[in-house]
Amino acid sequence: MVERRPLGTALAHLVLILGVSVVGFPLIVTFIASTQTAEQIVQQAPMSLWPGTNLLESYRTALFGGQSSYGSRIAPVAPMMWVSLVSAVCIALGKITISLLSAFAFVYFRFPGRGLCFWMVFVTLMLPVEVRISPTYEVVASLGLLNSFAGLTVPLIASATATFLFRQFFLTVPDELTEAARIDGAGPMRFFIDVLLPLSVTSIAALFVIQFIYGWNQYLWPLLVSTDESRYPIVMGIRRMLAGGDAANEWNVIMATAILATLPPALIVLGMQKWFVKGLVETEK
Amino acid sequence: MAVEKRVLFRSRGLPWLLIAPQMAIVLVFFFWPTGQALYQSLLSQDAFGTSTEFVGLENFSRLFGDELYLASFKTTAVFSLLVAVIGLSIALLLAAMVDRVSRGSRLYTTLLIWPYAVAPVIAGVLWLFLFAPTAGVVSHALRKIGIEWNHLLNADHAMALIVMAAVWKQISYNFLFFLAGLQSIPKSLIEAAAIDGAGPWRRFWTVVFPLLSPTTFFLLVINVVYAFFDTFAIIDAATQGGPGKETSILVYKLYHDGFKGLDLGGSAAQSVVLMVIVITLTMIQFRYVEKRVQY
Repeated sequence: MVERRPLGTALAHLVLILGVSVVGFPLIVTFIASTQTAEQIVQQAPMSLWPGTNLLESYRTALFGGQSSYGSRIAPVAPMMWVSLVSAVCIALGKITISLLSAFAFVYFRFPGRGLCFWMVFVTLMLPVEVRISPTYEVVASLGLLNSFAGLTVPLIASATATFLFRQFFLTVPDELTEAARIDGAGPMRFFIDVLLPLSVTSIAALFVIQFIYGWNQYLWPLLVSTDESRYPIVMGIRRMLAGGDAANEWNVIMATAILATLPPALIVLGMQKWFVKGLVETEK
Repeated sequence: MAVEKRVLFRSRGLPWLLIAPQMAIVLVFFFWPTGQALYQSLLSQDAFGTSTEFVGLENFSRLFGDELYLASFKTTAVFSLLVAVIGLSIALLLAAMVDRVSRGSRLYTTLLIWPYAVAPVIAGVLWLFLFAPTAGVVSHALRKIGIEWNHLLNADHAMALIVMAAVWKQISYNFLFFLAGLQSIPKSLIEAAAIDGAGPWRRFWTVVFPLLSPTTFFLLVINVVYAFFDTFAIIDAATQGGPGKETSILVYKLYHDGFKGLDLGGSAAQSVVLMVIVITLTMIQFRYVEKRVQY
């Protein structure tokens, strides 16, 4: 700090405490709601901000399904969390794998059509899947991939962010390492596996965090591709619970589901904070 | 940094094999559908899907003659402007404060970055719950001070609701970039300004803010793109484009017309318009990144 201004520092802390509280408020209310019963939330109006005693029951109903107070069926979200987990891991690992390979080819080889191929990958950066949903849906449908994990994940792997990150990183790897490997008689794949991959571990970890969250939070695409409940990711499941309208919603179960849907990516962000920040700042630049 | 490697490997088949998976996915799931969208935007299909004919740019002229579409354009513009301006201001304020305090800055950072992990649809659900007309905590508090909150009837309330949810969801991202930007400003510059007698307020606006302008501009583009495309789930959860069509932004309308309305040519034309918008935004961003790299 440049100078000592105790009043200014106190003000800064005040602003930050206020900011942190406002940012955290929705989550706190959500958690409290998940500890109450559906009747308590709707009838008290507004709901009490003291935790209730229905915590276990709310989460059990959310995870394993049950009956709402109006007798309609509540779908279990435990299988949906599994679908989310599998797709998120597939998307993250799939993107990382194909990008590592193609970035290696673009950086360490010269081949005819290299410029064209690079340009073709580059263009995918520009169009998010949202703007071409219906034709992509038709392609996936005609390949018979609806309601499959392949249909859920592979189209989302078609993006270039990871390729660019690895390309940037490979360009910073000193040429001396390549020369030394060649003198020792290592072929390109040997060099890739024994030298390049170990050097890329941090970048891979950073990218995994970002892509896992991206995959876990996908909503629009599964909405189209998954029509069968056994292939619903959790973020889609929660939207379907909202059908009842303000008073008829089973809010405690919905809020428990919201917490369950947020927990895995939030733990990854907080647990791998260093890599998360690195991945975020580097993928965008 | 070198743009090309000096030391290379030689192989005829290997590089093709290495790029094959990515090229296959890009061709099948990117170029094929994008080509389809471009092609279909020039076709017209009758209501039963039995006959299609080539109509040239008719879908586009129909689109831009459609008042609902133009209204959706306006909604999107208002929404993304609000999201970008409010989001950036709050994030900059918080980042400047974290940069200033020496104690607790890590804790504050941790407590500010977790919303990044929240799915947009969950963000929509959380804010919907806070503002639910009967059960909501905030809507109830607002009623106490005389504001009859009902986003199911009032278009301004609906817009405010999705703006709040969208800003909240994006705050971590903006905050982290601003904080990184602030921390890369040399301390000597700030000290020099302080020695010249500039107070914190003046230092911020004459030294820090101009130096942050590349970050701010970058974030502005990112936030507009975010508001255009990534907020679909927030809107679908919180307002479904309602009360009438007042929060139906372009992406929402595209989905709605394409999958609920089944107007093939019209929806493909909407896709193409969105592509043009996002390509323009990305170009602006790349040009600026290149420029910045030079100095």
